[in-house]
Amino acid sequence: MSILITPETKILVQGITGAFGAKHAQLSLDYGTRVVAGVTPGKGGQFFEHKGAKVPIFDTVSEAAKKTGATVSVIFVPPPFAGDAILECVDAGLDLAVAITEGIPIKDMIRVKRAMSGSSTRLVGPNCPGIVTPGTGKDSNGGCRIGIAPGYIHKKGHVGVVSRSGTLTYEAVFQLTTKGIGQSTSVGIGGDPVNGTSHLDVIKLFNADPDTHAIILIGEIGGNAEVEAARWIKANCKKPVAGFIAGATAPAGRRMGHAGAIVGGAEDTAAAKIAVFQECGIEVAATPSDMADALLRAAKAKGVTLS
Amino acid sequence: MNIHEYQAKALFEKFGVPAPKGATAKSAAEFDTALASLPEGAIMVKSQIHAGGRGKGTFTDGFKGGVKFCPTKAEAKEKAGKMLGNTLITIQTGPTGRKVQTIYFTQASDIKKEYYLAILLDRASSRPVIVASTEGGVEIEKVAHDTPEKLHKVLVDPAYGLADFQVRELVFQLGFTGAEAKNAAKLIRNLYTMYWETDAAMVEVNPLITTPTGDVLALDAKVSFDDNALFRHPEVVALRDLNEEDPKEIEASKASLSYIALDGNIACLVNGAGLAMSTMDIIKHFGGSPANFLDVGGGASKEQVIAAFKIILGDPNVKGIFVNIFGGIMDCNVIALGIVEAVREVGLKLPLVVRLEGNNVAAGKATLAGSGLALVSGDTMADAAQKIVKLVA
Repeated sequence: MSILITPETKILVQGITGAFGAKHAQLSLDYGTRVVAGVTPGKGGQFFEHKGAKVPIFDTVSEAAKKTGATVSVIFVPPPFAGDAILECVDAGLDLAVAITEGIPIKDMIRVKRAMSGSSTRLVGPNCPGIVTPGTGKDSNGGCRIGIAPGYIHKKGHVGVVSRSGTLTYEAVFQLTTKGIGQSTSVGIGGDPVNGTSHLDVIKLFNADPDTHAIILIGEIGGNAEVEAARWIKANCKKPVAGFIAGATAPAGRRMGHAGAIVGGAEDTAAAKIAVFQECGIEVAATPSDMADALLRAAKAKGVTLS
Repeated sequence: MNIHEYQAKALFEKFGVPAPKGATAKSAAEFDTALASLPEGAIMVKSQIHAGGRGKGTFTDGFKGGVKFCPTKAEAKEKAGKMLGNTLITIQTGPTGRKVQTIYFTQASDIKKEYYLAILLDRASSRPVIVASTEGGVEIEKVAHDTPEKLHKVLVDPAYGLADFQVRELVFQLGFTGAEAKNAAKLIRNLYTMYWETDAAMVEVNPLITTPTGDVLALDAKVSFDDNALFRHPEVVALRDLNEEDPKEIEASKASLSYIALDGNIACLVNGAGLAMSTMDIIKHFGGSPANFLDVGGGASKEQVIAAFKIILGDPNVKGIFVNIFGGIMDCNVIALGIVEAVREVGLKLPLVVRLEGNNVAAGKATLAGSGLALVSGDTMADAAQKIVKLVA
């Protein structure tokens, strides 16, 4: 198994006719992901064609979901319209909306998140690389790739990876795969200060997933989401967990690329988060090169064998 | 995006947040006109730079204090003359300080009591939060740490907006009564409206004061905006002061690069914010010192790599460069060709360590090796970081 998505999950792409959305829809199709619909208002009735695949385009998410059975949407809509695109997924009753878009105004996300409370739709992102559940084929093909992560670096297996950063996720996944260790699911939750699914939400899912045997938790400066997740792990999670926090050298008060990566006080520095990780029994990677090795140390300490 | 105090005060006026009367001068010739527009009596002279700690700051010529109380207009004019064009160093400016290009004169107020008031995002609840305290004029983090019971917080439900009862509750918690309570409530409500309607990231009033005559005034103002929302606020964009920004950071933003200057000597060029931050960290881990944060984005085109090289070489402290690219989707060979071309174009003489990983990495490494350039290849991040630290030492 896996979390959030399986190779059978049917996905639709909002913004499939834009350059970015189109490129990644193609890569997902190449990976073997079931991309069943595209949504671009005004282009309903057309088709998105790629190597023999003919994906129907609809004007609305609701129609796309009804006609194709898609339960998950990936959003490549430009920032001014992305909040609206997320709410359209909620209205259509989708299980999951994954917002890749970077640069959505914080106020829009505050309102969207409030409007989503009580709904059954889960949001991952925004400003995230997406989710990958690797498949069993060559280069992990046949899996479900939602978003912009490189599919081929993955390998099917039993490690759950959760991170705010795209390239750091790839770094961790690549280290694991190079060592022959596969992943159950890799989740990028995004670098914005207001996002849908938190570190803790994903950790709970990994903890409950019998197919996930160990977890890598990657965080960065700003906010207290990693701390919240670490405390929960200490109290509830028996699986080995390795952690890394980026931004030890970041100057206070400056945004480091991600809108949410900013030190606001003494509590959200890298040093403070690393101290909490250690206190909560999470094996801390000393450098980003050490993430997979840290997980192996954590697994060994708990007598868990990874493959 | 940050703005100056005087610009924030103009916004306050627009939204009905009372503050002492003020006037600006950008040259000594404007001092008299500015001062004449204010009532007779004591004047505050305030240096306008985007950094806190101005009052306790020191100018590079030894003159002390970027904010001065002056009993008369004549003295205000004299002090303003010493500040304008001078460079002010505060705990937030770093050792180079900032040149004062605008003076803000305000009517000095009689202070009965000082308070703290701010509105910002509460990340844990994803809602706006109003933070207030009876301990004004001091570092709010110290209040939060030493006397948390004196810190009052109001979370605003974005579906309803700021409710009247919440404002009343806050005003009474702060101990306001009578006319002061009414004035404070109005000020808080109007400040919230400004925060929400302008897409502000943070609005901070420290101190907020009461006067012996019952007025409630914003004595200082610190306002910043959500960069993601600037597209819908041309009136805010117009307030941007490029003098306050590092020229290298301005160049970087033009090339869609995310760059932040630091004070070390190993420049970094990385794709992705998380990887860029941890590249700085790993340099430090192995005993080096990073010169910058630089994220060329997920795509990392050749043009961006060239622009990035030019920007990092504009920093005279840089003694070596560490390029760290995880080419997930991008072909590593395309990136390698971009690096080779960029190095040739800028005529790089400094040590360069490149760590490439990902798609088509073998071809990328071959391109680098066959380029004839004096660059060093690193296999992992750790390997490459150790190599550049050694080369620069």
